Amino acid sequence: MKWLAQTVTDTQVTRGARLWLYVLAVIVMIFLVVPTLLVIPMSFSGAQYLEFPPRQWSLRWYLSFFNSPSWMQATATSLKAALMTSLVATPFATMAAYGLHVSRVRYVNLMTMLLLTPMVIPVILIGIGVFYAYVKLALVNTMLGLVLAHSMLAIPVVMMVVGSALKTFDMDQELVARSLGASRLKAFLMVTLPQIRFSVVSGAVLAFLTSFDEIIVSLFVSGGDNSTLTRNMFNALRDQVDPTIAAISTMIIGVTTLLLVFTQFVGQKKTVDSVEVAN
Amino acid sequence: MVRNSSLPITIRQVTKSYGKNYALDHVDLDIRSGEFLTLLGPSGSGKTTLLTVMAGFTRPDGGSLKFGDTEMVCVPPHKREVGMVFQNYALFPHMTVAANVGFPLKLRGVSSSDIAQRVEAALETVRLGGYGARGVEQLSGGQRQRVALARAIVFEPRIMLMDEPLSALDKQLREHMQIELRQLHDKLGMTTVYVTHDQREALTMSDRIAVINAGRIMQLDVPRTIYEKPSNRFVAEFIGESTFLPVVALQGRVTLGGRALMTAKPTPADGKHLLMLRPERLRILGSTETDVEAVNILEATLLTVVYQGDSSLIQVELPGAGVISVRSQSNALSNHGLTTPGSTVRLGLNVQDTVLLDVQ
Amino acid sequence: MGLVAPAFLLIFVTMLLPVGWLFYLSILSDTGAYSLEHYQRMWEQPSYGRTFLATFQVSALTTAICILLGYPLAYFLSELPKRAANLCMIAVLLPLWTSLLVRTYAWLVLLQRRGLINGWGIELGLWDEPLALVHNMTGTLIGTVHVMLPFLVLPLYSAMRAIDRSYLRAAANLGASPLRSFWLVFFPLAMPGLASGALIVFVLCLGFYVTPAVLGGGKVTMVSSRIANDIEIFFNWGAASALGVVLLVLTVVLILGATRMIQMNGVLGRQGKP
Repeated sequence: MKWLAQTVTDTQVTRGARLWLYVLAVIVMIFLVVPTLLVIPMSFSGAQYLEFPPRQWSLRWYLSFFNSPSWMQATATSLKAALMTSLVATPFATMAAYGLHVSRVRYVNLMTMLLLTPMVIPVILIGIGVFYAYVKLALVNTMLGLVLAHSMLAIPVVMMVVGSALKTFDMDQELVARSLGASRLKAFLMVTLPQIRFSVVSGAVLAFLTSFDEIIVSLFVSGGDNSTLTRNMFNALRDQVDPTIAAISTMIIGVTTLLLVFTQFVGQKKTVDSVEVAN
Repeated sequence: MVRNSSLPITIRQVTKSYGKNYALDHVDLDIRSGEFLTLLGPSGSGKTTLLTVMAGFTRPDGGSLKFGDTEMVCVPPHKREVGMVFQNYALFPHMTVAANVGFPLKLRGVSSSDIAQRVEAALETVRLGGYGARGVEQLSGGQRQRVALARAIVFEPRIMLMDEPLSALDKQLREHMQIELRQLHDKLGMTTVYVTHDQREALTMSDRIAVINAGRIMQLDVPRTIYEKPSNRFVAEFIGESTFLPVVALQGRVTLGGRALMTAKPTPADGKHLLMLRPERLRILGSTETDVEAVNILEATLLTVVYQGDSSLIQVELPGAGVISVRSQSNALSNHGLTTPGSTVRLGLNVQDTVLLDVQ
Repeated sequence: MGLVAPAFLLIFVTMLLPVGWLFYLSILSDTGAYSLEHYQRMWEQPSYGRTFLATFQVSALTTAICILLGYPLAYFLSELPKRAANLCMIAVLLPLWTSLLVRTYAWLVLLQRRGLINGWGIELGLWDEPLALVHNMTGTLIGTVHVMLPFLVLPLYSAMRAIDRSYLRAAANLGASPLRSFWLVFFPLAMPGLASGALIVFVLCLGFYVTPAVLGGGKVTMVSSRIANDIEIFFNWGAASALGVVLLVLTVVLILGATRMIQMNGVLGRQGKP
């Protein structure tokens, strides 16, 4: 097979000699992707329990989801919370990332680390801590409490995305704008922001996902009318394998994939554009 | 120079294409044992590709490559026993200088004590004796270059390949290293193939120069011939400064803008040719020098003079031919009392320097 | 710096304060007096030792398996041309951003006694009785490895991509066979990426809650499950906080210690002798 005999690396290693590597890599990639995807066809199973491939195709689990007031309420809660989290965390984190990027104060590194701590501290700890605080502040089972907690978790994520965009951005452009008469705010809004907007949008999407998928803090802090989708799913998982969850999962997979493809695609376009400009 | 410390390299019809472009177009080249040959050309000319073919990183689509009598085309790079200095030196950052230089010896199973000895000897040869314990990041550009060199010579290869090793150094250091590299070559005697785009470097260091363009060798000659008798327009333009003026040859007589020219043998064929004029080959003649032997005299009108320190660049207009540049000592013009634009300047061009090229 | 204030304020109030409060709670006895009884209990009761052991076991095994599976994948990706690599990277990023619950649920469905894997195994005649693949250590490990693998692959891939290929060319030219040039040049240069990835995976596993709780089925008790149980079932804030504090301290010590080692390796731990 000619393809196998071709040399692939600088050191004249053939594809044939590397076949084991290709096979292993493909197996691992399949391991990563397929299990989640298997849920999708199973969610269309017409039987009482999940099977693959389904002997009967039916939308019964989707109907069961849409017809259930508790699931609908939970979904609405999660969507609302996620949207608001994105609206809160994105500007906060963008401002913080920008502030840290341009600041010349000594403790910039310390501050950066502090703002990234929600990512480092075990979530279970944050969960019980927030729960305890909310009990005292009567914020348990409230939307406000939920959004605050989720925003706290989302801020580091957005900061990292926007921060890395700022690092590769030529800040001299802002200086030029200011020398031409723009105030700091105007310079940021008219020169910097448009150029990092793809990263800000990515950050907003990630903030949305962070909130929507958040489990542990929501487990403690949301409840009753304001119970999140994830909380309900988790409790359902521990009790029995409810096939409705397969339907919910499929929809979540769909939404997540779309959002991710959107950000990857948009992000790629940006790098392609800037590469073309550079050339 | 010990005979068996070097090998000749024979390249026959080596071809490499990427899509529709030929990086190497049926290249033939004979490199003599122990010589210092430079592959000179602009970027994209294929010179680096030819070098990587010799090193084994690029497998040609066709052709033969021999070191001595051994066919090497299908031999993987780690079995070729050639020394190589990369453009960015490629010193292993996670090893000390001594570990870097000793690396090829370790791979060949040399004993630790021998390694230490030979490493130090190699470092001494490149004037970095005692630097073994240093980390790579502690070295300056010139020092890294020399460590790369030491690493390439420590296992006594019979062929040395160098890919623009001096391009990252500043001018003064570069010129100093050119001499050092040449001296190292003379001392160790291996066949050296050197790639560069700097024609001055090529002229300084080489036994022979192969000028390459678009995957083909345009001329292979000693430096002096390449410079003084380029065989085609590309070589003439790539090396040194030159202007080209159209001339016509008819039955052995050559005319430039109506005036007759004496040319060196052999007689050019009938038809149109190009006269290659190198600015420094045109002499300013005094009004009393007429009918000098074996010199073509051209009369031109002075346009501008640009003072450039060690010389001046003078623009003159040849009637019926165009504007050309003349390079001469700064007081040449004033010595002959010619300073005002518009005055007539008489230029002398030796017959040997009257070089005609084919129109392409 | 004023721009940083809103974010900092939010994080301070919703996280730093509450967690600080937990530290305080951990040194209060059930009666409200200052005491170290919660920490003492942890030291004395063997069940705590078992919990920590289980947690370390899961973390260590997960990290090891992730390295075994993730290193070849990262290497494969780093050798691909940029566009193909970005495409294949979707295979790594997609699970990373798919809901944790969805992924855990998928494994639950696949691994249970009447699940997919047992179904196929029996049908294909590979085994007779359904294997117990979930609600035990096996299921837990499969799930955690699946979740953690991207965290190892991403920094490792990034480090591998950054390795200048001219080093490998130089190694080959100097006489190193592909295997030796990998081991003597590539592997050491990729080590910082591997160390970062392994550290991230290990630390994340220590505090991991969801997947071990669901796939372990109560049989694999990690520190995080214990903390949750202490709150939800026993309302024992003191015990939970103390455990949480220990977890946090362990996490911080590990991160600091390992980061130090990685940095020092880069500066001093170079190979001196050839």
